[in-house]
Amino acid sequence: MKLALFGGLYSNYLALEAAIQDAHARNVDAIYCLGDLGAFGPHPDRVFPLLHEHNVACVQGNYDDSIGNELNDCQCGYTDPRDNHFAQISYDYTLANTSVANRSWLRTLPKEIRLNVDGLRVLLCHGSPRKTNEFLWESTTSTAFLERLCQKHNADIVVGTHSGIHWERVLSEGRRYINVGVLGRPENDGQTCVWSTILKTGTDADDSATVCAGQTPVSVDFVPINYDYQRLAAEMREESLPEEFVDTVLNGWWTTCLEILPSRERRAGRY
Amino acid sequence: MSPPNSLTGPSIELRALDELWFQVAGTVCNLTCHHCFISCSPQNHSFEFLAYDEVDAALQESVRHGVREYYFTGGEPFLNKDLRRMLKRTLEFGPATVLTNGTVFKPEWLSELYDAEQTSPFSLEFRVSIDGPSADINDPVRGEGTFVKAMNGVRLLCDAGFLPIITMTQTWDDSENLRILEDFRTVLRKQGCDRPRLKILPRLKIGAEVNRTEGYQDTERITDDMMQDFDRDQLLCHHSRIVTSKGVYVCPILIESPDARLGDTLDDVLQPFAMQHGACYTCYQYGAICTNTTLRPGESQVSS
Repeated sequence: MKLALFGGLYSNYLALEAAIQDAHARNVDAIYCLGDLGAFGPHPDRVFPLLHEHNVACVQGNYDDSIGNELNDCQCGYTDPRDNHFAQISYDYTLANTSVANRSWLRTLPKEIRLNVDGLRVLLCHGSPRKTNEFLWESTTSTAFLERLCQKHNADIVVGTHSGIHWERVLSEGRRYINVGVLGRPENDGQTCVWSTILKTGTDADDSATVCAGQTPVSVDFVPINYDYQRLAAEMREESLPEEFVDTVLNGWWTTCLEILPSRERRAGRY
Repeated sequence: MSPPNSLTGPSIELRALDELWFQVAGTVCNLTCHHCFISCSPQNHSFEFLAYDEVDAALQESVRHGVREYYFTGGEPFLNKDLRRMLKRTLEFGPATVLTNGTVFKPEWLSELYDAEQTSPFSLEFRVSIDGPSADINDPVRGEGTFVKAMNGVRLLCDAGFLPIITMTQTWDDSENLRILEDFRTVLRKQGCDRPRLKILPRLKIGAEVNRTEGYQDTERITDDMMQDFDRDQLLCHHSRIVTSKGVYVCPILIESPDARLGDTLDDVLQPFAMQHGACYTCYQYGAICTNTTLRPGESQVSS
């Protein structure tokens, strides 16, 4: 099996189009989105037709829960006043520009999707299997903790997004945690691309695959997605979204919502 | 062990042991801060230093519990001469955070620790306690000259390659918070710390703080009603325990309360805890104040 997995669209419909095209070019068996359809970018309604047209099954992220239920904020849990200021601008814009029908659909999304992939138990979630808005960063998540998540939630492979930077760790018996990164904004590394993930199992796995749960070869490709980021930036400006957000799209460095970053991930960025 | 009597305060279960703390310097500190919630000082030996072997044993035991990250506190952790060795060992297991007053470490120690972090997949965080952006605000609470010394420590951390988090215990009115944060950012940038990370903490009205201001009123307690629909992850006791020289306690704040001692090993301390203390009320109000990031209530839960 070959699955395309991505999350954190943040209204970046141009990157979503590019990621779906990339997935089709790779002849994937299915495409999944791990949530947070809105935020940050322009014209939030534009991602929905693409998801429907291409049969992309979606997990509900914290942003989707908030927009769907018209809550007061995005539930990202920022405490820094500056982060909250920008998060609220983004949230208010997204809520105001998401149609009633799309908000209604967001409410119906599941918190997790469980798959049987070539005999492996694959769990798709947004933040972590136990909490939608839990950040799992590579530098602050022990292997023992990931082992516990897999064991407690009966999964051989746990796949999440939410934190915005892709990473993976191979656990005991070839089990894995995979963070697919996000399509919505660059990864705070000075590049303008965003990231999608291809999970390959069984006969579709690469030669470099490791055997998972004693039975099935698994390999993971993190795929840079290039898209028309200058067009996205222009549309963000037309919508009067903060120049700080536009700067991130054009230059690849995070300018807001930095408080949540652990020191190692923060040091990798510019701000 | 049976759950605590609900009459003494709402019971909170340990959801999972996510964070393991080490009271690595006991109650021994080179400073005598007037608001210290466990009254640390050079003379306070009610809790002693942890030995390397004690920390190592707990680290190994922690794997079975799936601990996610480790915190080192005191007293002043750097007074424990084995701290660097402990941290290097910890970085083999997971991320580590040190809560320090920033006044005693040496550049070569930080260089050694930076090298250790670079060879680990996990982060080493430093949290430096400075109670305001000026000596005028900080020194009356933490002692004469401590602002300058601690800011020098921050500079050493930045020079070594770290990005310390500055934690301030709030001794001013809420309306001053934004100004204090901005003033501190300005001060830190002047010190060469161009990416300031700041966190304001509430006062805990126990320990030395009782003499500086006041203790908790009897009404400042968590009630059963308050726990209805409350996100328990806001409370450190829902996901943490602390290893001390006298056993394992429920949290770093309550180690002077006999009921907070839950057992000798991690296996002994998984039972619920009765939140009957005034300090529990502060945690309830402000969220898990001891951890590096604080999530606010009302977040969507998938499962327990």
